[in-house]
Amino acid sequence: MSLTLEEAKVRNKELIDEVLGAYPEKAGKRRAKHLNIHEEGKSDCGVKSNIKSLPGVMTIRGCAYAGSKGVVWGPIKDMIHISHGPVGCGQYSWATRRNYYIGTTGIDTFGTMQFTSDFQEKDIVFGGDKKLEKLLDEVEALFPLNKGISIQSECPIGLIGDDIEAVSKKKSKELGGKTIVPVRCEGFRGVSQSLGHHIANDMIRDWVFDKTDPAKNAFEPSPYDVAIIGDYNIGGDAWSSRILLEEMGLRVIAQWSGDGTIAEIENTPKAKLNVLHCYRSMNYISRHMEEKYGIPWVEYNFFGPSKIEASLREIASHFDDKIKEGAERVIAKYKPMVEAVIERFKPRLEGKKVMLYVGGLRPRHVIGAYEDLGMEVVGTGYEFAHNDDYQRTTDYIKDSTLVYDDVTGYEFEKFVEKIQPDLVGSGIKEKYIFQKMGVPFRQMHSWDYSGPYHGYDGFAVFARDMDMAINSPVWGLTRAPWLK
Amino acid sequence: MSTPLRQIAFYGKGGIGKSTTSQNTLAALAEMGQKILIVGCDPKADSTRLILHAKAQDTVLSLAAEAGSVEDLELEDVMKVGYRDIRCVESGGPEPGVGCAGRGVITSINFLEENGAYDGVDYVSYDVLGDVVCGGFAMPIRENKAQEIYIVMSGEMMAMYAANNISKGILKYANSGGVRLGGLVCNERQTDKELELAEALAKKLGTQLIHFVPRDNIVQHAELRRMTVLEYDPRSKQADEYRQLAKKIHANAGKGVIPTPITMEELEDLLMEFGIMKKEDESIIGKAAVAA
Repeated sequence: MSLTLEEAKVRNKELIDEVLGAYPEKAGKRRAKHLNIHEEGKSDCGVKSNIKSLPGVMTIRGCAYAGSKGVVWGPIKDMIHISHGPVGCGQYSWATRRNYYIGTTGIDTFGTMQFTSDFQEKDIVFGGDKKLEKLLDEVEALFPLNKGISIQSECPIGLIGDDIEAVSKKKSKELGGKTIVPVRCEGFRGVSQSLGHHIANDMIRDWVFDKTDPAKNAFEPSPYDVAIIGDYNIGGDAWSSRILLEEMGLRVIAQWSGDGTIAEIENTPKAKLNVLHCYRSMNYISRHMEEKYGIPWVEYNFFGPSKIEASLREIASHFDDKIKEGAERVIAKYKPMVEAVIERFKPRLEGKKVMLYVGGLRPRHVIGAYEDLGMEVVGTGYEFAHNDDYQRTTDYIKDSTLVYDDVTGYEFEKFVEKIQPDLVGSGIKEKYIFQKMGVPFRQMHSWDYSGPYHGYDGFAVFARDMDMAINSPVWGLTRAPWLK
Repeated sequence: MSTPLRQIAFYGKGGIGKSTTSQNTLAALAEMGQKILIVGCDPKADSTRLILHAKAQDTVLSLAAEAGSVEDLELEDVMKVGYRDIRCVESGGPEPGVGCAGRGVITSINFLEENGAYDGVDYVSYDVLGDVVCGGFAMPIRENKAQEIYIVMSGEMMAMYAANNISKGILKYANSGGVRLGGLVCNERQTDKELELAEALAKKLGTQLIHFVPRDNIVQHAELRRMTVLEYDPRSKQADEYRQLAKKIHANAGKGVIPTPITMEELEDLLMEFGIMKKEDESIIGKAAVAA
């Protein structure tokens, strides 16, 4: 079933009208602003974003705590991140983001551990500041090699007005100036996890930068220092990115925040260039470093060889010829490998249609990787993008692409049911619904326990995984015997 | 067959004499043979001192914090028995400025209900702090709690504001549950036309001035001894006033109303009508002394 562009537009328009028709009038009117069909040449996708989800719909979004603890702070491996409040928020998000790291867990790194103040009724009634102080003491005694502590507020902290800033300052003083960061990322704040990213960025600005003794982190600058910003090393993404930058002659002085350390964060203001992968979650701190320390930043995309190639050249353009030559050398070096991957998988994936629904970056960033394999993205949407993300999306998507912001469970199911793509890429909550509908699926938050997907090495894994999902023989066995 | 449990609550502006009025009235009800439980819902925990002759009794929440959690407590730990076998419980709460006192009230009341504190009593009386500032302090007026609210007030402007605000809180829950306004109790402050004003406000709110308690220093004398007037000087005139109020409340079962709170403007008009408030001179609003 191959539609022309015009036919696809008509079909998508009917689909949008159909899903909107199922809502009460007021809800339909509001959801209408979040659904659109992209038209070539427009400067954005024509959808509203970063607006409160409607009561009564199944939204796929997370909360500010998820954005701060889960995304930005959690991967900083030599710090202890306390989920401050009742036990559930920390427990049910425990080690779910697959931020790989090197270290001895429980000794000098703490990424896959869960620390919580486990609030009880009496902590709500009498306030939790004393308990927090005690917890900080215990953390210091039990894990003396931790390099800092962040306090990630769950909802009740904001409701009862605990003064976690005062506790942080007091304890930091007692512990000889240790980095202790109170983060006001209560889940009820904002409309999605996006505000949590912003708050987390701001706390690094206010509680980490320029706060430590300069002699603490010995640092000898080089002209080729860059920091990787917004790579959470999911399944090793930052590692397969870092080697490319290093092979072209750059020195990576920090990873934000996958496999990162607090010392790297502290040293980042000494970088010559910040290279930004996840724009949505870390553009704030990149802008701050540009304003305050004069560090330029550049967005890049390490999904699929076409985008990698363009990104390596873009990054190199900020440096001298040595680096520019280095970029060409890297591109040439991996060419045979890329060709082998494409030769093997493109014939199996050519023409396959994909629908995406991810967080704040990948709904656009991975499109190039699919296209390198001859696949086509026919629908995409973000959980928590802002308007600037939808503007950037127009560089990636084609005319007639269905765009859905903060899609509801109902809409997404209906869209997939009618469009019948060959693959859906979204999250764990969506996975089984679509697989039960007989549609191949890959998790595009966690890489479905695979990865890395970044860089050339990651592309090989990506191509294999997509093939595995789409061409699995299992799909030939899903029809009920009596229907044959 | 025993009579059904009456649950009542005293609300009113802070410092108006809620605790004094309620303890004296409940002492009079006890004198009438009623079995009473007082539940203090103020973090200050001073709702039972006249009955217990104590400074402040150990509260549910402080004991729970000591023991670990409220589930670790037994009813006997928190309930004290005072004058004429009146049972007393204080909810307690955090020190000022920390935690969530409202959640504390909810925790305590749930504990008391679950542990049978209400078994074998005729009256449960909640004594709640000044304003219904959050959901926690509205707990006693929610479904299946107090059936009638008695608002303690006086002829002072702020006391009347508070009375009107509390009526708004009652109205909100009256529609979803069974709470009703039992009436106003005016605790005399000897302001101008106090009785008339209180009666007028009661009328506006759609309720009655159930009793006008005259000012008498004997209340202070009794209080210095941490006693109710009923116990300190049962033959005094003031003791009879509380007995009258107790009788009226006892006879008021099921006669509460859904209040009709009034707007700020209406309330100010009422105060102006009685000369408590002067008409605003619009020309002076927002003008500093220098400009005048």
